[in-house]
Amino acid sequence: MLRFILTRVSLVIPTFIGITLLAFFLIRLVPGDPIETLAGERGIDPARHEQLRKEYGFDKPVLVQYGIYLGRVLQGDLGKSMITQEPVLSEFSALFPATIELALCAILFALLIGLPAGILAAIRRNSIFDHGVMGISLTGYSMPIFWWGLILILVFSVQLDLTPVSGRIDVLYYIEPVTGFLLIDTLLSDEEGAFWSAVKHLILPTIVLGTVPLAVIARMTRSAMLEVLGEDYIRTAKAKGLSRFRVVALHALRNALIPVVTVIGLQIGVLFTGAILTETIFSWPGVGKWLIDAIFRRDYPVLQGGALLLGVVVMGVNLLVDLTYGLINPRIRHNR
Amino acid sequence: MALLEIENLSVEFPTQGGIMRAVDGVSLSLDEGEVLGVVGESGSGKSVTMLAVMGLIPFPGRVKADRLAFNGRDLLTMSEKERRQLTGKDVAMIFQEPTTSLNPSFTIGFQLAETLRLHEGMDRKAARRRSIELLEQVGIPSAESRLSAFPHQLSGGMNQRVMIAMAIACNPKLLIADEPTTALDVTIQAQILDLLMTLQKERNMALVMITHNMGVVAETARRVMVMYAGQIMEERSAGDLFASPQHPYTAALLAALPERSEGSTRLATIPGVVPGLYDRPKGCLFSPRCAYATEHSRNVRPELRPWAGGKIRCHYPLGDPNRNAEIQADHPVGAEAAS
Repeated sequence: MLRFILTRVSLVIPTFIGITLLAFFLIRLVPGDPIETLAGERGIDPARHEQLRKEYGFDKPVLVQYGIYLGRVLQGDLGKSMITQEPVLSEFSALFPATIELALCAILFALLIGLPAGILAAIRRNSIFDHGVMGISLTGYSMPIFWWGLILILVFSVQLDLTPVSGRIDVLYYIEPVTGFLLIDTLLSDEEGAFWSAVKHLILPTIVLGTVPLAVIARMTRSAMLEVLGEDYIRTAKAKGLSRFRVVALHALRNALIPVVTVIGLQIGVLFTGAILTETIFSWPGVGKWLIDAIFRRDYPVLQGGALLLGVVVMGVNLLVDLTYGLINPRIRHNR
Repeated sequence: MALLEIENLSVEFPTQGGIMRAVDGVSLSLDEGEVLGVVGESGSGKSVTMLAVMGLIPFPGRVKADRLAFNGRDLLTMSEKERRQLTGKDVAMIFQEPTTSLNPSFTIGFQLAETLRLHEGMDRKAARRRSIELLEQVGIPSAESRLSAFPHQLSGGMNQRVMIAMAIACNPKLLIADEPTTALDVTIQAQILDLLMTLQKERNMALVMITHNMGVVAETARRVMVMYAGQIMEERSAGDLFASPQHPYTAALLAALPERSEGSTRLATIPGVVPGLYDRPKGCLFSPRCAYATEHSRNVRPELRPWAGGKIRCHYPLGDPNRNAEIQADHPVGAEAAS
């Protein structure tokens, strides 16, 4: 097990370098000068422009810039935002809980509906329910996130006036951040109705962000279940006289979960990509919206730092999933 | 009263090409403590017959029978719940592939205890004690430490011993062994057969041994049922069957045994394959491959009838003194006629 963890952790290093390379060079490929963007529409005097370029180190060759950047990153210095002059790390950690809260709700939503739907579809294979679930999940999987979000806003917020259009909570509440998770912080505060306001604001973003994982989990659960239900040991379990429920929920599900957990791990990365779009649609004050804004402002340090931090989080989650995999699959645990 | 009574059992699977009849009118009665061998090629319906007894025919398979009773209780009319109380307790089954028949995600101890807790209502401790006893009975060394092992950590032979321990956990009256030794090494095969026979004698348990290995039947069974394409072809005591088979199919199976081909350069075979869904013959199901087939046997399906102390489904039993004349009268078309 220790060797397994060490192997996995050592794989993190090249991935890490890869992320810094991508984050650094991709943004520089995008046309647009950060200092001109900073100056705004009125323009900037060429002497001041030159001075600022020097200050930010943009006058050096790109490779040298990358070397300096990498050296700072290795010392834990991600730089300061060119707009706010705040350290990237502190901006990230202030905004990240909002993204985590949304992502957790989305994956929970996807699991709570996707798993049972997939299991039932497998048990009632080729039934109307099965075809329905598979059809809906294919639709969900194929739907562009921004379009789906706009449609939901149009129907539920604009037409039916059931949910708020954007934000995390009504403006009339001020919640002192304790954990950063609004659902918890509102419960800790004594502001009446704040919790419900936070829940209401979460509903649509959760559905939008959770739709793709939900579709993937439902389809994966179904096919894993179908495969497992045909195994010899399921016949053995039935031959023991176990109830149908126990055969499915214990003997089959335990084995079917193995590939499903892998897929969930892979979905975490997809989830952050989705979060960037979802947060922009719903003006959700998380790292996704922060990154999008940084792109428009050509805020290089924020983009580089944000992408790097998100990458580290995704790697961490995937490592965690791989370890869980060993927990639920004894064959892997003992081979290592 | 017989322990297991089966009358006119059929199992059908609807397929896209029509209804596939895997078991076709099988009747059988088995007494307490009796050992029955069921032999036949792959696809002869021998396993499906016994899965029907266990209630394990997968959807959309359909089971039909005039009577299907265990210990005097009608299996066809009882509720699913009552049926589950019987299966695994009074009727147990072990399978061909021991390693895939055990759940890879649970320990041996969990899988053994599960049966005991379900049917005997034992608590965790009692089930654990009993599990150790059972593993010792089936000859697993250092039984206690094996409880925490997973199936992939044991050999095939060990896993089959675990399967047997699980099957006999609740002292079943009937044990169905579906090719229990096919997937094992030859040396292990003998050990597993010995174990099964010892347990059978000790507990006076009825045993159905499904196999396509005539050697296994000869070593274990007192009575043998030969199945072909879902039907019983011949049924009689093991001694008689091996000494003087009455059905041409049985005779051909025995002739194909390597030990019976000594002296000849080629092993005897049965030409052709078992009929499938689309080429099921109108007459005797074996007639397309039978050396003694006639116009009559190709058009009229023989009934299972009493013959020479057993039962047979053939127009021209090998022991019938008039058979040559009858075959000649019915226009022979088989291989024998051609040569």
